[in-house]
Amino acid sequence: MLFAVGSLAVMGLTLGGALGVASRYLTVESDPLEVELTGLLPGSQCGQCGFVGCSQYAAALAKHEAGVTLCAPGGKAVAEALAKRLGVSADLSDHEEHLPQVAFIHEELCIGCLRCVGECSTDAIVGAPKQLHTVISDVCHACGKCFKICPTEAIEMRPIPVTLGAWHWSKPTEHGLQ
Amino acid sequence: MKLFSIKGGIHPDYRKELTSEKAIVPMPLPKQLHLPLQQHMGAAATNTVEAGDSVKKGQMLARGQGFISAAVHAPTSGRIISISEMTAPHPSGLPQLTIVLEPDGKDEWAELPAPIEDPFAAPGQAIRDRVAASGIVGMGGATFPSAVKLGLGNQHKLEILLLNGAECEPYLTCDDRVMREYADEVIDGARIMAHSLSAPKVIIAIEGNKPQAIEIMTKAAATQPNVEVVSVPVQYPMGAERHLTQAVTGRETPARKLTADVGVVVHNVATARAVHHAVRFGRPLLSRIVTVSGGAVAEPKNIDVALGTPVNDLLAFCGGVKDARRIISGGPMMGQPLPSLEVPVVKGTSGILALTARETNEAPTQPCIRCGTCVTICPCGLVPVEMASFIRHERLDEAAGIGVLDCVSCGSCSYICPSHIPLVHFFAYAKGRINALDRERRKQQQTKALVEAHNARLERVAQAKREAAARAKAQSETPDASKANA
Repeated sequence: MLFAVGSLAVMGLTLGGALGVASRYLTVESDPLEVELTGLLPGSQCGQCGFVGCSQYAAALAKHEAGVTLCAPGGKAVAEALAKRLGVSADLSDHEEHLPQVAFIHEELCIGCLRCVGECSTDAIVGAPKQLHTVISDVCHACGKCFKICPTEAIEMRPIPVTLGAWHWSKPTEHGLQ
Repeated sequence: MKLFSIKGGIHPDYRKELTSEKAIVPMPLPKQLHLPLQQHMGAAATNTVEAGDSVKKGQMLARGQGFISAAVHAPTSGRIISISEMTAPHPSGLPQLTIVLEPDGKDEWAELPAPIEDPFAAPGQAIRDRVAASGIVGMGGATFPSAVKLGLGNQHKLEILLLNGAECEPYLTCDDRVMREYADEVIDGARIMAHSLSAPKVIIAIEGNKPQAIEIMTKAAATQPNVEVVSVPVQYPMGAERHLTQAVTGRETPARKLTADVGVVVHNVATARAVHHAVRFGRPLLSRIVTVSGGAVAEPKNIDVALGTPVNDLLAFCGGVKDARRIISGGPMMGQPLPSLEVPVVKGTSGILALTARETNEAPTQPCIRCGTCVTICPCGLVPVEMASFIRHERLDEAAGIGVLDCVSCGSCSYICPSHIPLVHFFAYAKGRINALDRERRKQQQTKALVEAHNARLERVAQAKREAAARAKAQSETPDASKANA
């Protein structure tokens, strides 16, 4: 009796310890670079890059299988951040600079179906069943998911007009400069 | 009084003699006044009147929105024609909401707030409230709401109110004339401001090239024990607030800090005069003194102009313009080109200059010869040549690393560069671009936080549903269980 209990206890402790060590040293780690890159992306899973979501795009980036300029809502700032982290030179010249946009709901076309409300990943659309919906433009990040799902095409992606506060001088032309 | 030297700077041709002996003349009201809702730094004001309303002189037309903002008042009585988007007096030429007022010629005053009887016995907050209600902003050109700046005494221990009468920009003489013609008003306003700031001392700094202003101001200040007038060396950019503070007190303001952190607050002389009017008479800011000068102007003048007067009318009042190469709002060093002559005079318009080709001295850009002159003269101790080459290659982080954000855009480097490289233009671009990228980054962070909150909420909802389902299941199973037991 005592012998059985003792041997089982010893076996339990040894195997438990071995499992603990294994989980510590033999884990399949997720690529830290991938985690870091996911952190740089907006995280709204809009899918405009062609991947299912942000982490899938990050995985492709980490393996250098995708370009850094694919994130549409992120724009130039994200492209530059990704390029910097990956140490690649981002060719932003052919990066089609999407002008900052915002979703706009044409009230006469909205039927209050709530589909866009459910789709919006930043909760930028307010509305109730059979009531007009509207976009809180400060919060909208122009992922375009609502635009795609709207059954009555009541949503338009509009460019955000440049304001006096946001305007700045453009770069001096290179003419005559070394 | 002992003065301290400032590093760098330039000595441009001052050309103030065009207007320095011309007394301030009032300008008749134009047919229409165009009053933009944003004539100041911060948030735009919101209109409190509508098209078609009749308004009286001094009536508030737009209320300041938020902490950093300023009200707009009617410079004369008349009717509001429209409130619509019009070209802003800004180099971008972008539209801006503007109130169009048609004067009725009666110039009837609205009921003004009562004068503050003894401002030196009144609490500082009462002065600040009055200054805010009067729509007063920094009149030197920076247009920062003055009431906010007068509140700096709350968080900082202030020793000196430094009144800026340096007027170091070439051509401009509006501050010079204000000091010569309204010395008592300026000094009274300055004392009221010092009281509101709880600053025990007022120092009025005037560049040595304005001997009459120095003499008149010294005489006017003689009766006030805590007011002192000092003559500072003629050196551009002496009128920049950090540089003036250093020249007068020897204290250097750390980067990205305020002069208040070294115990000094700087205000312009014309701002002090506006405060005097607001506190002693309840009059809001309705007009300002503008220098109209330059070789292309027939009769250069210093004019008392109602805010909102179109630049066109102002130039016509000065006999028109001939052979102008450039028309600038402000001084020639830091002024900005105007998008059109339809734009109005606003609170920050210190001058309108029409310069001939000879005066502008434009030349094609040549390669940098690395002479280092820009480094020697940079009054902020920066290295313009390095910053420009980083910016040229879009290496904005590196440019920021060597201090492009500390550049005050005084333009000394562009002025001195023998290769005519538009250095300050590069820095203006870099500062704007860095801010724009910063805004994008903040938006990204906001989006991320919202997405996380959204997902957390969905998860909570799902969890609640699962729990409810489990409870329902447990309940429906209980009778079965009892049956089975039975």
